[in-house]
Amino acid sequence: MNDMTPPEMPTTDLFSKFDPLIETRRSLLATGVTDPFSLVMEKVLSPTTAICSGRETILLGTYNYMGMTFDPDVIAAGKQALDDFGAGTTGSRVLNGTYAGHRAVEEALKEFYGMDHAMVFSTGYQANLGIISTIAGKGDYIVLDIDSHASIWDGCKMGDAEVVPFKHNDIEAMEKRLKRIPEGAGKLVILEGVYSMLGDIAPLKEMIRIAKENGAMVLVDEAHSMGFIGPNGRGVAEDQGVLDQVDFVIGTFSKSVGTVGGFCVSNHPKFEIMRLVCRPYVFTASLPPSVVATAATSIRKLMHAGNKRAHLWENSRTLHKALTDLGFKLGTAEPQSAIIAVIMPDLERGAMMWEALLHEGLYVNLARPPATPAGMTLLRCSLCAEHTAEQVGIITGMFERAGKAVGII
Amino acid sequence: MDRAAIAARIAEVIEPFNKNAVPITETTSFAGDLEWDSLTVMDFVAAIEDEFDIIISMNQQAEIETYGQLIDAVTTMQG
Repeated sequence: MNDMTPPEMPTTDLFSKFDPLIETRRSLLATGVTDPFSLVMEKVLSPTTAICSGRETILLGTYNYMGMTFDPDVIAAGKQALDDFGAGTTGSRVLNGTYAGHRAVEEALKEFYGMDHAMVFSTGYQANLGIISTIAGKGDYIVLDIDSHASIWDGCKMGDAEVVPFKHNDIEAMEKRLKRIPEGAGKLVILEGVYSMLGDIAPLKEMIRIAKENGAMVLVDEAHSMGFIGPNGRGVAEDQGVLDQVDFVIGTFSKSVGTVGGFCVSNHPKFEIMRLVCRPYVFTASLPPSVVATAATSIRKLMHAGNKRAHLWENSRTLHKALTDLGFKLGTAEPQSAIIAVIMPDLERGAMMWEALLHEGLYVNLARPPATPAGMTLLRCSLCAEHTAEQVGIITGMFERAGKAVGII
Repeated sequence: MDRAAIAARIAEVIEPFNKNAVPITETTSFAGDLEWDSLTVMDFVAAIEDEFDIIISMNQQAEIETYGQLIDAVTTMQG
């Protein structure tokens, strides 16, 4: 960081607002700890292992829940699409950027969710940004969980609706706010199936019932549940039996699907008009042909991935119990998803623990405010269906040694 | 309810959040003088909303920095 400071740095300019963060970062790195936000994977060996700083490392922070990134059928589909359609579309979905593969992946999504419409965006961030900002505009009201993802907040801001947050997963707080909205105003309730910081799930059944009773449309972000929660892997809403009451499901290709891209599926009869009015869909280039080909192949394989799902849940339960038994403080008392959040006492010890784990040969996510709720520092672990039982055992041993070395357990 | 009555009720809601017992005047700012972080602000806004059975959206919150401005906003919303 020091060499980034030019000698004639102005005292104040537009960058002055970042000074507190620059100072936090400087003082953290001054302790000699490895920068947790500039790790490079030199070689990726499999969905669960990579070479980082010359060392073979087990990956436990990738969101690659179903391990589809190296699936042979997925890779083959991508290579074929590169050969047949080229490296990129160089265009918007509504102009020259819709190839056969874009339609095919939307068909796969419609089948996966059993819904009438599917719209694919270039990233999950853009899916939330686009759908939310387009359907909830000036004068409409958005009621949303305070722990919502950044892409949801940004979508709210861009659309200019009145934004009314409620306390995380608090059904009563949500209901009170819905009932206070002026008569006749448009209402959108935004929820997530799995909240990615602590790995906890939402009481969607109750919340969606109340939203509907109060005349609101419902959007659920199922980014962290697709592929392994619910009887068909459609997410938490399916698991709780309320998927048919969700107006819009937002999802991503960058987690269980194993590539990049975002989507919205819906049964709304007028949904197709979104393709013409949604700016983050129109004014950007579409996904490359190889990406949509890998996504479509992966989604179709996820429809029949019952065994992998069962193994992922086994991994999540095993690691959750092992870390609890070791004395770590976790984000949830029971495993509710494939995310296990280990709560750190503060940023400094969190960074030390992160580094100690990396030296053991384990990569997890270090998460800190503003991404985390309640100012917490977290080591966020996400399990993969391709982690073996043996790897989960090795991971437990690494946590034990690192935790003792840093003095957290 | 008149402005004075609303001001008194808001002062009561502020009290448990005012950990450093900062004296409250019309120009006391929540972020600056009371040093509330965003989480405290969120809990406080929820408490005010419940006290007066109103909505103060994020958009409206952006315009409210001081005790006096909050009294005015609540008075308007109570209409």
